[in-house]
Amino acid sequence: MKKNGRRKPAFWLLAAFFALFVLFLYGPTITIVILSFQGPSGGLTFPMRGVSVHWFGNLFEKQMVGDFAGSFERSMILGFVTMIVTVLVSFSAGLAFRKRFTGSTLVFYLAIASLIVPSILISLGIGLLYRVLGLDAAWYSSAFGAHLTWTLPFGLLIMFAVFNRFDRRYEEAARDLGATSWQTVRHVIVPILLPSLIGVGLFGFTLSYDEFARSLYTSGTFNTLPLEIYGMTTNVTTPVLYALGTVTTGVSFLVIALALVSTVILRRRRARYGSDAGKAA
Amino acid sequence: MKRIDAWVTYLQVAPLALVFLLFLVVPILTIVVVSFFDYNTTSIIPAFLIQNYEELLLSPVTWQTYLQTLEFTVITWALTLVIGFTIAYFLAFHVRSATWQTVLFLVCTIPFWTSNIIRMISWIPFLGRNGLLNTALLHLGVIHQPLEFLLFSDFAVVLAYVHLYTLFMVVPIFNSMMRIDRSLLEAALDAGASGWQTLWNVIIPLCKPGIAIGSIFVVTIVMGDFVTVRLMSGGQTASVGLMMMNAMSLLQYPAAAANAVVLLILVLTTVAAMMRVVDIRKEL
Repeated sequence: MKKNGRRKPAFWLLAAFFALFVLFLYGPTITIVILSFQGPSGGLTFPMRGVSVHWFGNLFEKQMVGDFAGSFERSMILGFVTMIVTVLVSFSAGLAFRKRFTGSTLVFYLAIASLIVPSILISLGIGLLYRVLGLDAAWYSSAFGAHLTWTLPFGLLIMFAVFNRFDRRYEEAARDLGATSWQTVRHVIVPILLPSLIGVGLFGFTLSYDEFARSLYTSGTFNTLPLEIYGMTTNVTTPVLYALGTVTTGVSFLVIALALVSTVILRRRRARYGSDAGKAA
Repeated sequence: MKRIDAWVTYLQVAPLALVFLLFLVVPILTIVVVSFFDYNTTSIIPAFLIQNYEELLLSPVTWQTYLQTLEFTVITWALTLVIGFTIAYFLAFHVRSATWQTVLFLVCTIPFWTSNIIRMISWIPFLGRNGLLNTALLHLGVIHQPLEFLLFSDFAVVLAYVHLYTLFMVVPIFNSMMRIDRSLLEAALDAGASGWQTLWNVIIPLCKPGIAIGSIFVVTIVMGDFVTVRLMSGGQTASVGLMMMNAMSLLQYPAAAANAVVLLILVLTTVAAMMRVVDIRKEL
């Protein structure tokens, strides 16, 4: 393991394996992106019969597929609200878990349970609960709760990891300078943790936006996007399915890119305006 | 002052606890209660029957389905473990610059944030009867008839599982590997261990917590899955999740609930066994 030494054969073997793995991860997605630009007479497989945006246009016609526009809008709103709530609740709980309190172990194990209990059981349970109570399940109530049981454990675990590495001396310094606890949170903790909070938000949005199993029995009358896509897989045999896949994946990539770019910008700014202690000429 | 602090702490954790109470604990309790209910074709009737469990456990179909699901679980676990470990090992020990490590790690992670269903669908043009793989093999003269088992088969189900869930192994194992003190590896080398011996006697034992966490994720997800089996087997293969879904679509809610309770017990026992290897709170 010498630095700058020559690469061993093992390196090249593993690098080739890694490259194959990346191809395995991305290859299929790239294929359907290409195929979604099929000509109007093209089918679900190659060859391409011309190149067009016919199927994207098809997506927005009401009669062709169920209710793409409506389900897309619902999923975007739900994803956005889930993101905000996930960030706020995880951050707040992360602050609490820095102290010992009665019941902390219980809440921690509930979070773990929320991760490992199969999604279909959460979906089934919430669906049954609403039925027994005589309430109507809806995407903005029961499905929202179901999504939070999936995003919050991730948010909480990230907050744990972040607070474990957080230097408490910053906080003590703020307090010594006379900051109230609210000021300490607002002007010291939040700015330092902002990149991680963006990360939690990314999990909150994408996990909710793509969630199928936990939406199945909790969404009520109106479908969210993944439910709509699932419905389409059984009765649509044209590339409009791929167009839907391209649009959905495009939105995910946009959100991921936004999160990553803002994190990088924050780090750069920090490097530029950060402390110059010990750097005197 | 101390008392106010304690109150603040409880207020901070209250929203989280409330969500888990309302949308995890109460729904699971509902399932347990409903699993003892009676039902007819139109409604469920409060009762205390063990008939739902009897019907479930005395049916050979149940046992076959559970066995099928366990088989998928074991195969997927083994494949994701081997592939995930290899990828993590490459990233942790063979990629030398921290920037490259971050970039390649992100490359592995990004698909996790995109839609699973779309990722399953995207295998159609590749595996289908007229798909890329069959076309290529026909052109090469390896086969003379298109292979039928590629799409809508158990093979496709396992392939999709590996495609979707290997990441759950990569991340925790990579995390464990990055904590290994590099001087231990040098010590092993100096003591005359070969590369394989270092891997087997130093790295793998130190990665146990990561392996356990990854395994818990993969095993619980596959055990409760129904979407992947439904889409990738084309409805030809059963899974416990699908069994529940079928009962639900026939409005046999108590039957689905009884099945859910059995599955929950199985999942929790498996996870409890795996947790003995690892203290999750120490891993963060």
